[in-house]
Amino acid sequence: MTFDWMKIPYALLTLFIVFNFGLLLTAFIAKIGARAGRRHGIPIWQNYIDLIKNYGQRSSITHGVMFYLGPVFRLTGGVGLLLFVPTIYGSEMFSNLSFAGDLILALYFVFFGTLGMALGAGESGHPHAAIGITRGLAQVTAAELPLALAVFAVALQYQTLSVTEIVAAQQGGMMNWTMFTNPLAVAAAMLAFLGSMMRPPFDVVLAPQEIPIGPPTEYHSAYLALMQTNRAIFPIAKIVIYMNLFFGGATSWPEFAVKVFLIYLFSAFVGVCFPRFRVEQSIRWFLIWAVPLGVLSILWV
Amino acid sequence: MKEELLKRVVKGPDGVEFEVEPLRDYYCEAPPAVHPPVYAKIVEDLFNWARSQSIWILGFGTGCGAIEMRPLMTPRFDAYRYGIQWRPTPRQANLLVISGYLSVKTLKRAIRAYEQMQNPKYVVGLGSCTINGGMYWDSYNTIKRLDDYLPVDLYITGCMPRPEALLAGFEDLKKLIRAGKAEGANQYAENFDWYKTNQKRVIHDWDMPDYNW
Repeated sequence: MTFDWMKIPYALLTLFIVFNFGLLLTAFIAKIGARAGRRHGIPIWQNYIDLIKNYGQRSSITHGVMFYLGPVFRLTGGVGLLLFVPTIYGSEMFSNLSFAGDLILALYFVFFGTLGMALGAGESGHPHAAIGITRGLAQVTAAELPLALAVFAVALQYQTLSVTEIVAAQQGGMMNWTMFTNPLAVAAAMLAFLGSMMRPPFDVVLAPQEIPIGPPTEYHSAYLALMQTNRAIFPIAKIVIYMNLFFGGATSWPEFAVKVFLIYLFSAFVGVCFPRFRVEQSIRWFLIWAVPLGVLSILWV
Repeated sequence: MKEELLKRVVKGPDGVEFEVEPLRDYYCEAPPAVHPPVYAKIVEDLFNWARSQSIWILGFGTGCGAIEMRPLMTPRFDAYRYGIQWRPTPRQANLLVISGYLSVKTLKRAIRAYEQMQNPKYVVGLGSCTINGGMYWDSYNTIKRLDDYLPVDLYITGCMPRPEALLAGFEDLKKLIRAGKAEGANQYAENFDWYKTNQKRVIHDWDMPDYNW
């Protein structure tokens, strides 16, 4: 098997587009949230300025090796997730480094950043970071269950572990999307999606009004900037997975932009409508509402 | 010195005895360093512009003036429009707003919060109390001149200044930052001994290291 070296600059180009799209989309969603609260909210380019400022901070302190590696792991999780799934279906340029079993790898990468963060924030030694990590891991694990079940259901349904083939099977009209062929799996996965987007009602982990402010309490300057970079890439990468598995993928950048925006908007919409759950409430909620849906979706197939 | 801060021997749950020295173990003792602008002027100008457009305030109210900061987060005044946000941890904050009178007890906490912030960092004194003591001019336990204890970049006068005054003050602070004149952190590091002498003159139960990080 030969490796096409041209794939690397293409993948970097995808990364660049997604990074900028992520920065703008995050600010745009923040603006929508602010409008729901009758504010004007941050300017649309605010994320760029925050990034420049944090990279430009003059001093920083460290708490040890894992403290360095935490944000690096987190960014690796986001970038890795993006690089190993096809962003634009059918495009030679933007299929990235996807391969036959990439669905399993993607599931792993979704969790990877959180684990890295746990180690990094744990080493910072701040009690708020420790509490935040405990809550975060508990909640993300609970949210991961229905997602994993839904992904297995989809893999069983299409008899493949390749994201590209799953997208291919959904082509040819809206009714071929998993959303209509296996609605239970999509419902379970979308509930899990809420839990992993760090928006209300599931944002107790790093909400500034709770224990200030959870895992990143000790992170600052360039460390924080790395994590902000990841916060632009990771949600988009995750949404790309959802788009590919459940909503027919995207065949062009405009279609990509619309679908990603709508999926992101779903979590923002729920976020402005519902108040925040405590951790034990959210875990119970996932186990009662989302996990049975996931089990049913597997039985359905 | 409080008892829990003294050096002592602790027995762990596995029976191993080890020595704990809170002042050494919990804090870093390295003195503050001066971080001069090192990049080319054009890069430094870009950074200064970014710093001015992205001011993160430490959400730490030290006095009654903190009540004037809350409306800035709400729809009426909405400071987020101007790139001003609140961070709950000093590590990520750039601006410490001393909101009104500062009692000696709170000064200690304000110093610790300030020292944990990263260079460059700014201090804004809010209200008359930070300038000359204001209505607390003859109080036995409030400080009169904030500038003696922390390097202040800007004062916003009034008792109390309205949220509009705060917004105007922040706009002035932005001009200072853009002009490269807001170098309070370096000033603090350069005149560290002077600031410490002043701080220790009023804080009598000094139970922390000279520099907190």
